[in-house]
Amino acid sequence: MNLTLKVWRQKSVHDDGLIETYQAKDIPIEASFLEMLDIVNQRIIIDGGEPIHFDYDCREGICGQCSLTINGIPHSKERGVTACQLHMRKFKDGDTIWIEPFRAKAFPLQRDLMVDRSAFDRIIAAGGFIDVRTGSAQDANNLPVAKTRADSAMDAAACIGCGACVAACKNASAMLFVSAKAAHLNLLPQGAPEKDKRVLGMVRQMDAEGFGNCTNLYECEAVCPKEISTENIARLNRDYAVALAKEATV
Amino acid sequence: MSSSTCSICHFWQSSIGKKIVVALTGAYLVFFLAGHLVGNMLIYQSSEAFNHYAEFLHTMLHGWGIWIFRIIMLVALVLHIIATIQLTAANRAARPRRYQREATMVAPRSSRMMIWSGLTVLVFFVFHILHYTVRVQSDLQVLADFKQNWAMTIAGFQNLLVVLFYILAMALLCSHLSHGVGSIFQTLGLRTKKTAKGIQLFSKAYSLIIFVGFISIPISVYFFGMGKKEMEATKAKVEAAVQAGLTELPEQDNAH
Ligand code: HEM
Ligand code: SF4
Ligand code: FES
Repeated sequence: MNLTLKVWRQKSVHDDGLIETYQAKDIPIEASFLEMLDIVNQRIIIDGGEPIHFDYDCREGICGQCSLTINGIPHSKERGVTACQLHMRKFKDGDTIWIEPFRAKAFPLQRDLMVDRSAFDRIIAAGGFIDVRTGSAQDANNLPVAKTRADSAMDAAACIGCGACVAACKNASAMLFVSAKAAHLNLLPQGAPEKDKRVLGMVRQMDAEGFGNCTNLYECEAVCPKEISTENIARLNRDYAVALAKEATV
Repeated sequence: MSSSTCSICHFWQSSIGKKIVVALTGAYLVFFLAGHLVGNMLIYQSSEAFNHYAEFLHTMLHGWGIWIFRIIMLVALVLHIIATIQLTAANRAARPRRYQREATMVAPRSSRMMIWSGLTVLVFFVFHILHYTVRVQSDLQVLADFKQNWAMTIAGFQNLLVVLFYILAMALLCSHLSHGVGSIFQTLGLRTKKTAKGIQLFSKAYSLIIFVGFISIPISVYFFGMGKKEMEATKAKVEAAVQAGLTELPEQDNAH
């Protein structure tokens, strides 16, 4: 198939950047989206140009590295897939495809389509973990967990930290990511003792990083490759209010 | 992050805290609108019922009631506006470079123009208060002095521009609320996967009822001439009373 690509090119943080047009000819329909970009890059290299820089690692939808905004939607308009798991059969011959980076102030652009998502790491470091305890593991059955709770925690734990939620949010809010990471620990007995500290720490770091504020648009949920539910955001709002009240009074 | 020198400041400065302020003040305004609508519906019952209701509002708790209510209303509105303007500014700043090609998956337009629907409602509020509470129009003031709030309301809707602005403002209020009411539940942490659909339905139904309910009055008055005869008769009586130097209408003249 033949496609026209409109790709964001930018040499560095300081560069202005612009959309460049590429003709992607004879792309096999069974190629993945990233393979299509590989083919285009190979041709750019042969012609002596600078290939399009983009992030990826696993190419199987589990690492969260790929980060393309495709026709204005992070990971494309297909539900529940990462860009690396998107295939060219979802497009038509002759289509024009816009490819842009994930845009947010808290995700500074490094080059072309690559952005720095270490703000997420700093949020995790501010509370998205369980303090290590020494000693031997106790019998698992000593910690009963209701099935519904375990399910909710597992659903939240599916987040791969890709940042599509931020990129899709009209306010560049990181609430879906933060709420998923907080929920998957808060809901389980191992994480519950540090719940308040975790919630306050992660939300404060999120605010400090310059992400926007959630206005309940639910765009994040619609683009999330792991279909994380915005139920987690409601839970985080509630937990934050409770934690703050406790901090102020006890 | 020392344990709060000022917990209220912490709350206000955090993203979630400020949104909770928006949600609580918004909820107060939502309750107010429901009450206001129910009261307004008395206009269809009779002029006495409506005038009694107005009288009750002005005399409850020895006249303190309405002032307590007005002050809470003003504080809620001011907090709502300051918080939403600050949040909107922060949200714009969080994405300094926009997408060249923008697209939206699910968020309806009403949810993306909250600041504009809100600000239009604010302009309407100021107008509405000048119109019916401060009564800059002298003929409305005279009717109110004689406790003829029903006739005052009908008289106020004899102007096409007033009626059209009223309808436009209510349409934008409806848009604001169709996203806002559902948002209250999410922001306060009361929305779950199971209740999401129901909350959305409630939000839309509530805003539609508010819209239809409020606009029905100016439409009935202006386009269907509701109450015009009685209003003009009342006006004439009030004018006669003014001429006669009275400050109240004679008793029997209050009858239908
Ligand atoms: C009768 C008047 C009003 C009512 C009943 C009302 C109601 C609401 C409600 C219920 C919300 C949702 C709260 C939440 O996010 O949880 C909201 C949000 C909002 N309101 Fe109002 N509001 C009114 C007036 C205004 C005014 C005058 C402004 C002007 C600045 C405004 C601007 C906003 C904005 C920007 C939001 C945030 C949007 C969002 O989070 O999606 N509102 N309003
Ligand atoms: S919540 Fe979804 S979109 Fe956001 S970082 Fe996690 S996996 Fe990506
Ligand atoms: S490259 Fe790992 S999820 Fe796409």
